[in-house]
Amino acid sequence: MSFITRGFSGRNRERDPRLPPGQTKVEDWPVLSAGPTPKIDTADWSFTVTTETGAQTHWSWDELRALGIEDITTDIHCVTHWSKLEMPWRGVPIDKILAGIPTKAKYVMAHSYGGYTTNVPLDELLNGQAWVAFEAEGAPLDPEHGGPARLLVPHLYFWKSAKWVNGLTLMDGNDPGFWEQAGYNLHGDPWKEERYW
Amino acid sequence: MSAPPAEPVEPPAAQRTAWRVGTVVEARPETSSARRLVIDVPDWPGNDAGQHLDVRLTAPDGYQAQRSYSIASSGTGTRIELAVDELPDGEVSPFLVEDVMVGDKLELHGPLGGYFIWMPQADTHDPRPVQLIAGGSGVVPFLAMVRAHAEAADPTPFRLLYAVRQPDDVFYRQELTQLAANGLQLDFVYSRTAPRDWPVPAGRITKDALAGFAIPASEKPRVFICGSTGFVELVAGWLIELGHAASDIRTERFGGK
Amino acid sequence: MNHVDGNALAGQLSDLFAFDLTTAVGRCINCGTSGMLGAAMVYQAAPGTVARCPHCGAVLATIVESDDRIWLSLAGLTAIEVPKPA
Repeated sequence: MSFITRGFSGRNRERDPRLPPGQTKVEDWPVLSAGPTPKIDTADWSFTVTTETGAQTHWSWDELRALGIEDITTDIHCVTHWSKLEMPWRGVPIDKILAGIPTKAKYVMAHSYGGYTTNVPLDELLNGQAWVAFEAEGAPLDPEHGGPARLLVPHLYFWKSAKWVNGLTLMDGNDPGFWEQAGYNLHGDPWKEERYW
Repeated sequence: MSAPPAEPVEPPAAQRTAWRVGTVVEARPETSSARRLVIDVPDWPGNDAGQHLDVRLTAPDGYQAQRSYSIASSGTGTRIELAVDELPDGEVSPFLVEDVMVGDKLELHGPLGGYFIWMPQADTHDPRPVQLIAGGSGVVPFLAMVRAHAEAADPTPFRLLYAVRQPDDVFYRQELTQLAANGLQLDFVYSRTAPRDWPVPAGRITKDALAGFAIPASEKPRVFICGSTGFVELVAGWLIELGHAASDIRTERFGGK
Repeated sequence: MNHVDGNALAGQLSDLFAFDLTTAVGRCINCGTSGMLGAAMVYQAAPGTVARCPHCGAVLATIVESDDRIWLSLAGLTAIEVPKPA
């Protein structure tokens, strides 16, 4: 790439040592979406865990939140090169949701209102690594940011933190979700820059 | 021995699409937030009225930003014209409106798009009238269309409904007024401030105004709508309610509300 | 999130095809509606470009780009039809 546009320097992009390779710190919160924004009333909202044998457990909005909400402060990294550092969130740990659900499965497909899917290894959703989140930056999640609830898996690229999440399906194989089928990496570790196939 | 072909065969439209470098030969303010740029592209293959191109900017550290812009000109020739409106938090438009200077080179990808184009009746044999509906800077592809229409002395009835916030936001006012004197049916809708002595108070476009200014559905016009997403969806929805077939309407949204 | 129209696909796809995909006619695998890809609802503010059926909203096509590769899926279309070059 040898052409350089005279006088163009791009937006002011901050560097920070806490950033994974290829990421730029931003202060705003860009909205990215693959389709129309679902509008779900919490009165109609439900969350379902389906095991690899088909057994299902359901929670209503109040039931899921009653499992215990905690505060989280974490960095998030989008595969489109922006990162937000030290973001405050509130949500229910996946550990609490999956506690007591017997499974031999190794992988999970997260499902969302609107049809979005993304796959994550089960052991990367446990041990304090993931939540169903309801609030970010001190306020309930806006629909355009995934509200009323989204998955939060901050150690992986943020396309794995499925907006409008409504369930987890345990699976034996690492089946690819929406973006993973379209060209993105099955795993998505920002520190190894696992962006694409 | 058979006669040689009269003209060279034209490559299919999409094969003419390529990355090229053009030189800015003219840059002048169009409105308080927009600028007209004329760019000389030596190997430009020509473009249809309504097509667009992508402008790509590259910073010294390799960072790139790219946006699409409708081309206000059409036909053959190496000079192409853009009219760029500056978006307050834009990445490319502020550079094109405020920083680019005559003599600068720009990387351009085009001509692009065969869906949102108008071609003269001599080529399409389609006698139906054409209704153009522009929201703000969405008028740019229609500039190319009305210019091509005039140049071809095309008999197709052409009507342009142009919605802007205030009189100073009108692009190409002089040229449009001239074309209006020569057969183009031109109507303005002002949403925020109307000119003095304007017969109606300023206000957002309404379904009734649209019905009043647009070619009626009974004449089965081909309709083109270009503007922000909110504008296009509003107008397209009303046109369907007014009896236009969805297949007769082509839209070009440029995002935003 | 707002979408744009299918002619916004023209730039990304012109590198891959010798013809203009936005005037190609395709049939949605979900609802069976056919139309030009220029009429698709295109979501660009995403990790990739997503084109959806204007009738039923199902995904017709996705385009993901890295610095040196493009991934294209037309899996939401049963087939596409283009005129042969003259």
